[in-house]
Amino acid sequence: MGELESFRNEVRDWLKASVPESLYGRPLTMMAREEPEAADLQADRKRYLERMVERGYTAPTWPKQYGGGGLTPPQAKVLQEELGRLRVPPALMGMGLTMIGPTLLVHGNDEQKEKYLPKIVTGEHRWCQGFSEPNAGSDLASLRTSAKLDDSGERYVINGQKIWTSGAQYSNWIFMLVRTDETTKHQGITFILLPMDTPGIEVKPIRLISGNSPFCEVFFTDVVADVKDVVGGVNQGWTVAKTLLNFERSGMGGGGPQRRPGATTGGGLVALAKEAVGERDGRIADTRTRDRLASLQLDELAYSLTLKRSAQTRKAGGAPGPEISMFKLYQSELGQRRDELAMALRGTDGLAVDENEVGPARAWLSAKATTIYGGSSEIQRNIIAKRVLKLPIN
Amino acid sequence: MALTLNGEQQLLRDSARNFVSTHAPVSHLRSLRDRNDDRGYSPVLWEQMVELGWAGIAIPESYGGAGLGLLELGLVMEECGRTLAPTPLLSTVLLAGNAVLEAGSEAQKSALLPAVCEGNKVMALAFEERSRFAPYQVACKAEARGTGFRLSGRKTFVLDGHIADTLVVTARTQGEVGDRDGISLFLVDPKQAGVKIERTTTLDSRNAAQCSFEAVDVPGDALLGELHQGADVLDRVLDRATVCLSAEMLGLVSQTYDVTLDYLKTRVQFDARIGSFQALQHRAVDMFCELELCKSLVLEALTAADEGRDDATMLASAVKARLTDASRWITRQAVQLHGGIGMTDEHDIGLYLKRGAATEQTLGDSAYHLDRFASLRGF
Ligand SMILES: Cc1cc2nc3c(=O)[nH]c(=O)nc-3n(C[C@H](O)[C@H](O)[C@H](O)COP(=O)(O)OP(=O)(O)OC[C@H]3O[C@@H](n4cnc5c(N)ncnc54)[C@H](O)[C@@H]3O)c2cc1C
Repeated sequence: MGELESFRNEVRDWLKASVPESLYGRPLTMMAREEPEAADLQADRKRYLERMVERGYTAPTWPKQYGGGGLTPPQAKVLQEELGRLRVPPALMGMGLTMIGPTLLVHGNDEQKEKYLPKIVTGEHRWCQGFSEPNAGSDLASLRTSAKLDDSGERYVINGQKIWTSGAQYSNWIFMLVRTDETTKHQGITFILLPMDTPGIEVKPIRLISGNSPFCEVFFTDVVADVKDVVGGVNQGWTVAKTLLNFERSGMGGGGPQRRPGATTGGGLVALAKEAVGERDGRIADTRTRDRLASLQLDELAYSLTLKRSAQTRKAGGAPGPEISMFKLYQSELGQRRDELAMALRGTDGLAVDENEVGPARAWLSAKATTIYGGSSEIQRNIIAKRVLKLPIN
Repeated sequence: MALTLNGEQQLLRDSARNFVSTHAPVSHLRSLRDRNDDRGYSPVLWEQMVELGWAGIAIPESYGGAGLGLLELGLVMEECGRTLAPTPLLSTVLLAGNAVLEAGSEAQKSALLPAVCEGNKVMALAFEERSRFAPYQVACKAEARGTGFRLSGRKTFVLDGHIADTLVVTARTQGEVGDRDGISLFLVDPKQAGVKIERTTTLDSRNAAQCSFEAVDVPGDALLGELHQGADVLDRVLDRATVCLSAEMLGLVSQTYDVTLDYLKTRVQFDARIGSFQALQHRAVDMFCELELCKSLVLEALTAADEGRDDATMLASAVKARLTDASRWITRQAVQLHGGIGMTDEHDIGLYLKRGAATEQTLGDSAYHLDRFASLRGF
């Protein structure tokens, strides 16, 4: 404990000295990219990123040799807590850090790890995920984008289409699943990496119900890829993809109460409800509203305790319990219940939309995606039924 | 703080699980029921439980207990819930015993608690007067007479009241029915003239008595705790009992779920095990998730009570509201998913349904506790 505490002090001092104060209390909004930020703030963000990179703190638990911080998980948690205390946004986010990086650490060869990880850490490579296709969503393994080895045997030629590719328009690299064997399903898939500026790639943003365009269609016409960029072996892509999806899902639940832009937090809902339906002796005047809020708060309490229990079990060296399988499912549905209540309480005020701001209405709309991506709620239930509850398959 | 068990707590839980599954499986409850057993639990078995130290787990060593916490007692309750093992833990230890521990004078504590720890005394808390949990709705009166008091009134749903050696009775010494102030607690000997106790058998094959007190004179030293201030004691006692009852409910709901999940894996219809049907799989997954949430809340509420935390009361209501709803949902689903066999007396699932229904009403249902939870959270 003593060691961890001295680490905390060290981190605290370092952060104080290194993080520009202009970034304190500034929540990071995923959608902020669409709005231009003041030049000096941008410069401060850049300075902050550089310092974090120098110390390996953008990827705190990755090995130092790849530009990571080499921290133990408890130390990384301390770092996160201290950043949280200053209410400073993470210096860098994205699928590089949360998905492809950790996957390369598991399945990548040395050459790939050396080539890609350091560039994820600095933010030079910004990754997107080319998995889904128009006819391969929940049934991802039915994907058809094909990769054929050319005569040299050193290059693949890729043809097909990906869809729902988040951030494709801002990314310079893509990790994707391609079909290398048409005669089988899961065993004919290969996981491959590709620069987005390769000739033959065309990106078309898709506009969402929330008005944002966070994702795209990506078309591939005779796109050439290097066989060296196959991860985990030819026709072994499904195994690699499963690892990656696990990282993706673990990043979606278990993160604790999420501060999504525009979303109303639990405490905020109480004030909102009292304002909306009035109060009597300190109680929300309308019993149905009060009930709904009480149930929601009880759900939030029970869920946050379950996250805590799970973390403590793992910290004590125990194997992760079955509870971790429910985090993505529960957190996304819980968040939607909260948004629904917030929308209902705002009444007609909630219907107002502002092009330039992520208000409650747009937050409510964009949160609808959380139960669809990363394995829909229905697919989560299928998976839990099979793997955790061990229910029979027909 | 901790939501995980330490080694000793795990041992205790394992040994409790072992004990009840060997000595008090569901068939034990069934046989008590079938012979309409007068006590509703087996004194022989209770003696063995006492030897294991269960009666005094959370009672201080100075009164013959083990001086452990509510968490430890909760673990035992949870295991008893799994097999529906009937014990006087709720009536004697958690309700009446805790009232003595919380409010009693040194003399009262020394007279009663060691006997509780040794399993020689059954006690009951007579506090309810209505069919819906409302602890301040006390019309039963205690008037000062000389150095003592004269009690008159009625009580209902007095758990194990018909076999209690000592009753702890709430009575109004001041104010109006419904007032929080002006309630006092009294120790009453049920054999005393004017005390009438009538056993009622409840749905779950346990007992809850109707008691009436007609001009029952008790001496001044029968007063438990401070005059008029009984609600403070009652609140603490009921909160702690509520949390432990919720732990028992967790055991019973978990077992209900396990049994149902097994059935989904074995029952074949349409040439397939019914657990392969997606509609049922998704329902099972939702139950699984709910139980994980329940587990966390039970541990947190037990811990908060042991640590005397400020949020212990809020958590007591949170956990009872949650477990009540979980029980209501999962035990009903269990019957549905068993089909016809679930309707038979022969199958155990019905016994879980009935105990579930009884615990849901005991010490306040989810409407009561969700309302209290909201109030305690400032809305
Ligand atoms: C905001 C957002 C971002 C995304 N980002 C990316 C990305 O970056 N990269 C990427 O590759 N993909 C991304 N996706 C795609 C996402 O993974 C898919 O939308 C998802 O897998 C569902 O596929 P689908 O849309 O084809 O729906 P479908 O699979 O067609 O599902 C339609 C409905 O049927 C249900 N269903 C399907 N199969 C079953 C079953 N077996 N049992 C029960 N119900 C079933 C689903 O749950 C859903 O309700 C993103 C999606 C969204 C919304």
